[in-house]
Amino acid sequence: MIETPTKVIVDCSTGESTIVPLTAEEIAQRETDRLAWEAQEAERLAAEETKENLKASANAKLLALGLTEAEVNALTA
Amino acid sequence: MTMTLIETKTLGTAAASIEFTSIPQDGTDLVVLMSLREAGGSEADGIQMRFNSSSTGYSFRRLFGAGSGSPTSDTGGAILWMNSNTSTSNTFANASVYIPNYAGSTNKSFSNDGVSENNATTAYQAIVAGLWSNTEAISSISFANPSARNLVAGSTISLYKITKGSSGGVVVS
Repeated sequence: MIETPTKVIVDCSTGESTIVPLTAEEIAQRETDRLAWEAQEAERLAAEETKENLKASANAKLLALGLTEAEVNALTA
Repeated sequence: MTMTLIETKTLGTAAASIEFTSIPQDGTDLVVLMSLREAGGSEADGIQMRFNSSSTGYSFRRLFGAGSGSPTSDTGGAILWMNSNTSTSNTFANASVYIPNYAGSTNKSFSNDGVSENNATTAYQAIVAGLWSNTEAISSISFANPSARNLVAGSTISLYKITKGSSGGVVVS
């Protein structure tokens, strides 16, 4: 059996906290959020990978032009 | 200025989210301090913040680093990072949120900073400037993980109010 996720509600007017199961609407919103977050993270990670690949490619081209590794590092650090 | 603890909550058992409701409206600003870890995931994962149960109207700019590579700026979907299941055992991420003029009738800005803790190369740190384009006074705030994973037992969130114009000090009641 799959357990219904719960949330903890802290009522600041009374100081009481209660554990309640998420409503169907909240569970649906949670799934929507999850899909959106996964898409955003995939996009971010892909952009980071592209950036690192471009950096490596640029470094290789600079070295091929005759710059030393120290000179390339000074330019790109 | 006085900083007064409104409520603090430490999870005794895992839960999807922590929500503070009926936030008193007599403060000037709000401060939230968090110590969070999620069940599952890899490396670090996001922290999602919602005001008044609203899922729309949020925009922000996030500057962060991940322990290697160059720092990145983006408008990603979560305000900060929390520890995940593969972070060093029993460690929790630390984060804070500042929300000025939370009870006012203008759009609500917020700023955050935080780090995930990990005894390895990959550990995230971030600073965020954000806006909730909504003029409602903030009466509730919830924190969850956008990957739909639970916050583990021991996760703690404390909510403070800042009151301007009074004598200085921190009040914990």
